[in-house]
Amino acid sequence: MDSVANIILYFVVAICITIFSVMTVTSRKILRAATYLLFVLIGTAIFYFQLGYQFLGAVQIAVYAGGIMVLFVFSILLTRRPDDKAPLLDSHRRTLGVLVSVAGSVLLLLAIFFMPLIDGVSLSECIESGMTIDMKTIGHAFVGTDRFQYLLPFEAISILLLACIIGGVTVARKR
Amino acid sequence: MGITLPILILAIPFTMFLVLGIGGVKMSRKTAGVLGILANGTLAVLAYIVAFTYFFSGNPDFIVDGVRQQVQLFDVTWLAFTDRMVVNIGFLLDPICAMMLVVITTISFMVHLYSWGYMEHEPGFQRYYAFLALFTFSMLGLVVATNIFQMYIFWELVGVSSYLLIGFFYKLPSAVSASKKAFIVTRFADLFMLIGILVLSYYVSNTPADGPLGGASAFNFMMLNSQPTNVLASTLGATFMSGSVLTWAMVLIFVGGMGKSAMMPLHIWLPDAMEGPTPVSALIHAATMVVAGVYLVARFFPLFCVVPDSLTFICIVGAITAFYAAVVACAQIDIKRILAFSTISQIAFMMVALGCAYNEPVEGVHYSGLGYMAGMFHLFTHAMFKALLFLGAGCLIHAVHSNNYTEMGGLRKYMPICHITFLIGCLAIAGIWPFSGFFSKDEMLAAMFSRHWFWGAWMTMVAGLTAFYMFRMYYMVFWWEENPKYKHEGHKPHDAPWQMSLPLIVLAAISCVAGFIPFGEFVTFNGEPYHIHIEPQVAVTSLIVAVSAIALATAMYIKKNPWPSRVKNMWPALWTAANRRFYWDEIYQFITHKIIFNLICRGIAWFDRHIIDGTMDALASITQWTSVKIKGMQNGSVQTYVMWYLFGAVLLAAITWICIL
Amino acid sequence: MDLTMLWYLVPSVIMFAAGVYGFCTRKNMIALLISLELMLNSADLNFVVFNRFLFPGSMEGMVFTLFAIAIAAAETAIAISIIINIYREVGNTDINSVKQMRF
Repeated sequence: MDSVANIILYFVVAICITIFSVMTVTSRKILRAATYLLFVLIGTAIFYFQLGYQFLGAVQIAVYAGGIMVLFVFSILLTRRPDDKAPLLDSHRRTLGVLVSVAGSVLLLLAIFFMPLIDGVSLSECIESGMTIDMKTIGHAFVGTDRFQYLLPFEAISILLLACIIGGVTVARKR
Repeated sequence: MGITLPILILAIPFTMFLVLGIGGVKMSRKTAGVLGILANGTLAVLAYIVAFTYFFSGNPDFIVDGVRQQVQLFDVTWLAFTDRMVVNIGFLLDPICAMMLVVITTISFMVHLYSWGYMEHEPGFQRYYAFLALFTFSMLGLVVATNIFQMYIFWELVGVSSYLLIGFFYKLPSAVSASKKAFIVTRFADLFMLIGILVLSYYVSNTPADGPLGGASAFNFMMLNSQPTNVLASTLGATFMSGSVLTWAMVLIFVGGMGKSAMMPLHIWLPDAMEGPTPVSALIHAATMVVAGVYLVARFFPLFCVVPDSLTFICIVGAITAFYAAVVACAQIDIKRILAFSTISQIAFMMVALGCAYNEPVEGVHYSGLGYMAGMFHLFTHAMFKALLFLGAGCLIHAVHSNNYTEMGGLRKYMPICHITFLIGCLAIAGIWPFSGFFSKDEMLAAMFSRHWFWGAWMTMVAGLTAFYMFRMYYMVFWWEENPKYKHEGHKPHDAPWQMSLPLIVLAAISCVAGFIPFGEFVTFNGEPYHIHIEPQVAVTSLIVAVSAIALATAMYIKKNPWPSRVKNMWPALWTAANRRFYWDEIYQFITHKIIFNLICRGIAWFDRHIIDGTMDALASITQWTSVKIKGMQNGSVQTYVMWYLFGAVLLAAITWICIL
Repeated sequence: MDLTMLWYLVPSVIMFAAGVYGFCTRKNMIALLISLELMLNSADLNFVVFNRFLFPGSMEGMVFTLFAIAIAAAETAIAISIIINIYREVGNTDINSVKQMRF
């Protein structure tokens, strides 16, 4: 039995996410779209906190909301003329997009509702029975070489980020 | 003897081929020529050392109780298909091999030296030397082969190098077609040889592994030749078309030799091969490669002796060829063609001599292996004097720029060295004492008479013809009537430079004295020495025949007179036929073009063009048509791709889901 | 009333559908990128939710999400640098102006 506060929080966040994701893709002003995306990302971070992954939530806010959003905003400002509005969508493409997304989500929802995976375990039970994930556990998992430890991917990601820095500089450089 | 010398003997010419073939373009003519000559000189010295050691050292490896042994200096496994079917590469040393080493390297060295003068101004000089080195390598590999397979490989290699050298002047259409002709005809014959080898090895490899040949490769000559009857016991029962399988195998192998040695009816390539440079004709088409067939028969001699029918076959082919070639040679105008037909005739001589030999004592025959010894002896002497004649002909061509004796005449005043050496060559081939040809021919005729009087008489007649046509050519070139052109033109024919004259002199000297070599002490079919002695009756008969033929030629051709044309006009049809080589080329032309091309190949071509090509074309057109139709999907819009992708993903997920439920 | 896995999956599906719609219909390349982030985010959320409700004893889903976020950051940076470059070349960020890669 989950606490009422948790349930209320869930509903608030879920409704926010639903509304803002739809607005993100329908808004005709690109800067607004980016702002709505920020809300969605923050909502997701709140979900992470609610699920008991405090570190992940923090990363989500720091990297996505802090880093990537800044990138988006800067690039939008760089590539936009003042008061640019996206042109109206042509109806043909719009219909197709609606069709594809509705078909996909219907299929996914059907799958969710009728798959046998779903049993009625509540969130509080899961958090009680699950392992505690503190910073020490995560730190050990990232720099160990045993089973379920991730030194190699960690280093691979660091090299990827380095390559990405160099690549970004090279591609965007003025010639 | 270690394995250094034999490996060097094979490695030097091959290295020269690579060096001159790859690096030749960067070299000057002089470098390439000197390099080739030096390498070949070294090679000749090494070969002499090997042959000398083999014959004279008295080493118990080589000679036991006065019997010369077959030795494998090395024999390494190259391809092991099964434990019974193994192909080796090695170096076999026995009397004929040692003799061939000397012959090949000597002639090759002479030709290298001669070519330096002869080919001086030809483009592709370096390439020419590279090919000569390749030929020398292949020919040496052929004679030292330890097994049939190695021999076959090098057999094809000499064919290739012959092809390359005949077509050396590849801008002349006639040279190109001659090289193609030589290659195709000899390949056609080699097909039979391969079948023969396969038949032979099939039956040999079926013998029990614990038998007398346990462990030896089925192709090995020493194994095959040591106890042929044991080795081939399993073939004795097997018959094919009322002949024993072994007879068929040996005859098929001999057909390969017929192709290489230009026996009838596969002789048609050799006269055309004269399109190549003359030194090449001397080396390949007179002295070494064309006697590969004779060498093959000698190599397989014990096996041929198991089936006497095959020896008879060799005799018949040889006798017909010898006579045919001699008659044709009487009616040719081109001096190189005359020499080519003379070569065919002389090789046929050797074939008949081999065919007349026995490998075991026969009652009433003084020495049963005489034919073998004599054939090898003649191979040796013939290589020397025929190379001499060809090189002499090269000098003549060099001097007058024509192959036809009608452009020559009276050259003896202008080219004394060439004249004397050429005369020596003619005397040697005619069989006049004391030149080398006399001795070898005498032994051969004695062997033929001891087999049957018919062979002896027939071949004596051919020997007379030989003397006649050789002296006919000699007189037409050097006497007859001086060509008036020489007087008017500033350019008078003259003797060749020293690089060309020196080989002539050396070979002439060899031809003078080679007859006194006690050849029987060195080369016999079983290694036991045989003391040559002249059979007086045979010698006198053949001398009389030869001298009268020469006298007839002298009477007819020494000065310009109407007799030759009168004789010619007596039987014009015969003369024309002989001049056109009895229409063998036309017959082949008819068979290949009219019958094979028209009747068989046309249908095949239609099938190929319409069914096979049609299928391929249809596949291509369908693919192209489909691509044109669907290329619009690749419209460059990422979003369209994503939509298609998502439709597909949704569809796939739906299908999967339905299947699971 | 319990918060079960289903409750978290439904917003995730909506987020994903919105991302698909946006990616298929928007013209601006940055808007495309934003839609992409939406989809990626929904996938991340799914990993975490599955980890929490189905395998509470382990943390692989979370770790995977961490890596996914890092890679998403890299991807976004590169994509934006490409978009800026394109903008320099053609003067706008319309996806239809880069259609050279076709038949």
